Amino acid sequence: MVSKWLIKENSYYDSVTLMIITKEIEARDDVENAVVVMGTDLNKDLLNNVGLLNDEINKTTANDLIIAVRMKDESKFDEILAKVDELLNKKKSDAGEDYTPPTLDSAIKYMPDSNMVVISLPGAYAAAEAKKALENDKHVMLFSDNVTIEQEKELKELAVSKGLLMMGPDCGTAMINQVPLCFCNKVNKGNIGIVGASGTGTQEIMVQVHRMGGGCSQVIGTGGRDLKKEIGGLMMTLGIQALANDDNTDVIVLVSKPPAIEIAEKVLKTLKECGKKAVVDFIGGDDELIRKYGFIAASSLEDAAYKAVALAKGEEPKDAPIFTESEDKIDKLAAKEREKLASNQKYLRGLYSGGTLCDETLKLFTKEFGGIYSNIPLTPEYKLEDNKKSYKHTALDLGDDEFTVGRPHPMIDSYMRQQMIVKEAEDSEMAVLIMDVVLGYGSNEDPAGSLADHIKLAKKKFADRGQYLCVVAYVCGTKADPQNYDEQVKKLEDAGAVLMPSNAQAIRFAMKVVRGVIKC
Amino acid sequence: MLKVNELFKEELKVINMGLRSFANDVKSQDVPVIHVDWRPVAGGNKKLSSLLSRLKSK
Amino acid sequence: MANIEQLIEQANKKALEIIQNGQPTLVDVSTAGEAIPGMTKKSIFHAGPPCKWENMSGPLKGAIMGALVYEGLAKDAEEAEKLAASGEIEFGSCHEHSSVGPMAGVTSYSMPVWVLQNKAYGNYSYCNMNEGLGKALRFGAFGPEVIERLKWMEKVLGPVVKEAIKLHGPYDLKTMIAQMIQMGDEGHNRNKAGTSLFIREFAPYIVETSFSQKDKVDVLKFMNGNDHFVLNLTMPAAKCTLEAAKGIKYSTIVYTMSRNGTEFGIRVSGLGDRWFTAQANYIKGLYFPGFSEKDANRDIGDSCITETCGYGGFAMAAAPAIVLFVGGTPKDAINYSTSMYEITTEENKMYNIPALNFRGTPTGIDIRKVVETGILPIINTGMAHKDPGVGQVGAGLVNPPMKCFEDALEAFVEELEKEGLA
Repeated sequence: MVSKWLIKENSYYDSVTLMIITKEIEARDDVENAVVVMGTDLNKDLLNNVGLLNDEINKTTANDLIIAVRMKDESKFDEILAKVDELLNKKKSDAGEDYTPPTLDSAIKYMPDSNMVVISLPGAYAAAEAKKALENDKHVMLFSDNVTIEQEKELKELAVSKGLLMMGPDCGTAMINQVPLCFCNKVNKGNIGIVGASGTGTQEIMVQVHRMGGGCSQVIGTGGRDLKKEIGGLMMTLGIQALANDDNTDVIVLVSKPPAIEIAEKVLKTLKECGKKAVVDFIGGDDELIRKYGFIAASSLEDAAYKAVALAKGEEPKDAPIFTESEDKIDKLAAKEREKLASNQKYLRGLYSGGTLCDETLKLFTKEFGGIYSNIPLTPEYKLEDNKKSYKHTALDLGDDEFTVGRPHPMIDSYMRQQMIVKEAEDSEMAVLIMDVVLGYGSNEDPAGSLADHIKLAKKKFADRGQYLCVVAYVCGTKADPQNYDEQVKKLEDAGAVLMPSNAQAIRFAMKVVRGVIKC
Repeated sequence: MLKVNELFKEELKVINMGLRSFANDVKSQDVPVIHVDWRPVAGGNKKLSSLLSRLKSK
Repeated sequence: MANIEQLIEQANKKALEIIQNGQPTLVDVSTAGEAIPGMTKKSIFHAGPPCKWENMSGPLKGAIMGALVYEGLAKDAEEAEKLAASGEIEFGSCHEHSSVGPMAGVTSYSMPVWVLQNKAYGNYSYCNMNEGLGKALRFGAFGPEVIERLKWMEKVLGPVVKEAIKLHGPYDLKTMIAQMIQMGDEGHNRNKAGTSLFIREFAPYIVETSFSQKDKVDVLKFMNGNDHFVLNLTMPAAKCTLEAAKGIKYSTIVYTMSRNGTEFGIRVSGLGDRWFTAQANYIKGLYFPGFSEKDANRDIGDSCITETCGYGGFAMAAAPAIVLFVGGTPKDAINYSTSMYEITTEENKMYNIPALNFRGTPTGIDIRKVVETGILPIINTGMAHKDPGVGQVGAGLVNPPMKCFEDALEAFVEELEKEGLA
């Protein structure tokens, strides 16, 4: 060990800054003791205590800076001096965090003109906070689930009595005044308003509207249980009324799982009273009822968007094309994929992060092809015995409870999906692997990147067996989303996936590959 | 006019309670947001919570 | 049936009125023996709640030993230790004798003490004088240089300042503190501006006193060499302000926070003289060269009476450099002060923080709010070495233990139960 020092005359720095620098220099492996202080008597005592006081240092005054070090290798002293200089001159780049009050009441004091409270607290507390927010005349988006249906009823009745939004519980997607909230994509402004009881269903419609050149005025989420009998569509009704009164909305789109008939009638009646054009997608539900009220039914989420965009432009709403590309081109592409399959490869496997996207896939597949297994099957006989063991044709909603115990949702973190890809790749009877990649706020910052390697791995496994794995992917996002849409698509294409421009087209393409040419 | 329609004409100002990432996302879009550093009353301690409520007006 | 919440709110309102109206004024310098109620030749008062010798931490023991030698009750440290353990010495909590003391806070018969009066309510408070940095009694050092300095303070500093005050007249400390806060001090861990104001105010009068040129020069040099000289005024200023608010029935306002190096103690207005104690925490912060975590003693001193009164750590936004101790940014300092509003009752009418748009400092800690929000008062403080005789080893931030507030809340409800109100 050797002692090195430097004195900088007439260089005042305050004691706290110097203590921090001392600490940082002392943390180096090659330094035994470091003292960076002003030349006060007290500090000279401290230097003496650690054996770093000498005559020269002793002569310093309180206005002189002392840098004294006991170190292994004296040739490194210049490095240390440079570091000290850097730290003396450095300004903290991070300006620090904003104040976070501990209660809703305190937050309202700091932002009295706040108008939206977004709640994602544990279910046990969420309802009480939502109630407080409504009582303070704030609109609420309640992301939390594990709120009882009785609590939901109480909250929505309170909200409706005050004309406030009570989006949720279990509401993951909304866009108010062009601001995406929770899991939501960034889309163009326009005259299409959406009221949705399903998260990724809403996201798909928004994204498709944007892709087709349309835009959204408002996107109101109602939560998954809104159209149950106990709730009776309270929020969907309020949402429709709000969009009816909104000058910026010309077309209303409703999306949800098929409601009970009396709720469907109630909702459609409200829709009729509002007098605006509307498209309704009761995903696989009763189209006749919708038409009876004079509204347009949609056969898929993409179709709902397509028809809405037409209506928004004042055009006749036609059915969305089966494929955006020419059918001929698609057939060729499907054939190219199909011919590489080995003879024993015959099954479709779907790994979805979006529940409604999985549901739409199950419905489109069942309609064209027959049964498909799932953890959220359309009928009980197609419930998998073991959700982690796919059987024949299977499509899984990895956002469902069993897969998310102790894990973040698959839209946020791909770990579970990565594991499932590897697992499915063991099954040599799989022919096509289909997956959704959801972009937007709330989602993982690079979902395609997090899956690309595993897709490549799966494809390699099949190649090694003398087989071929066809991978079909759909990126649910827009170029305005925080993730780089084009990059996301490219990563998947580079991994060997076939990309389709909508969830419906993706499953249709997958079906083409699995068995012959499908009837439309 | 429904309060919702008033909302559509106002600037959105958000209070976020729960996952901080939701507040960060809103902030990144230059929308005013306050994140609440929420914790249950008395840290979830039932005994203390009950003592506190005994001091509140009936 | 009486509305409890209303009773509490009314009581707290009264407590805050008293605190806000406080007029802490420096009126004299005296000796502990002459001025402090209950002080005898065999008494040693110390910081924090009452404590038995065998439970005391290193710095407190060292300070007591030093005081016994200073008073001539023991001829050296060894003798002093025996005497202290013998039961012959009357230990007492400064707080229970209208006094406060920083760090070990040891106050003995011959020591010069500041005499303050709360002109609004007439009550007095006392505090010893600050010895300066390094090896000092308040950090548990007891060597000959410490004793020598204490003697000088008794024979020169005290008398000189006493005469200067007489010449000057009473000095309004409320105004001094208000100015300090606007000049980058917070009155606990940053006192440089306040010390400058004091010296500026009293220098002409010190010169005017009848003492020798040497004495006057030594006194001025002494004050100038100690950035924390006015800490021993900001503390008793808070003490006499808060003491006037003690004993208001149904009030949940904290009027004492204090530590003796072993335990942290609080007292609540509506619960009279009762202490609620728990083990004191270790301070988080930076260490002087040559020291680290293993050297520090637990939290010690009456100095958090400043936080109890709405300055010190509560005014951190006025002295942002403090957060550098914990690797923070100026915004963190603002956030610390801001979070204190969640657990206090009113904004101080006199002490304003420029960085918070001149908002009054958070004043009147409410035990209900502390327990409800889980937010503990933030305290800026120095760290003493855990062994007697060494001195200060660093500085940083610390909280009281939550248990003090929980126990106080429980006791408060019990009292109401006894009256049939809860």
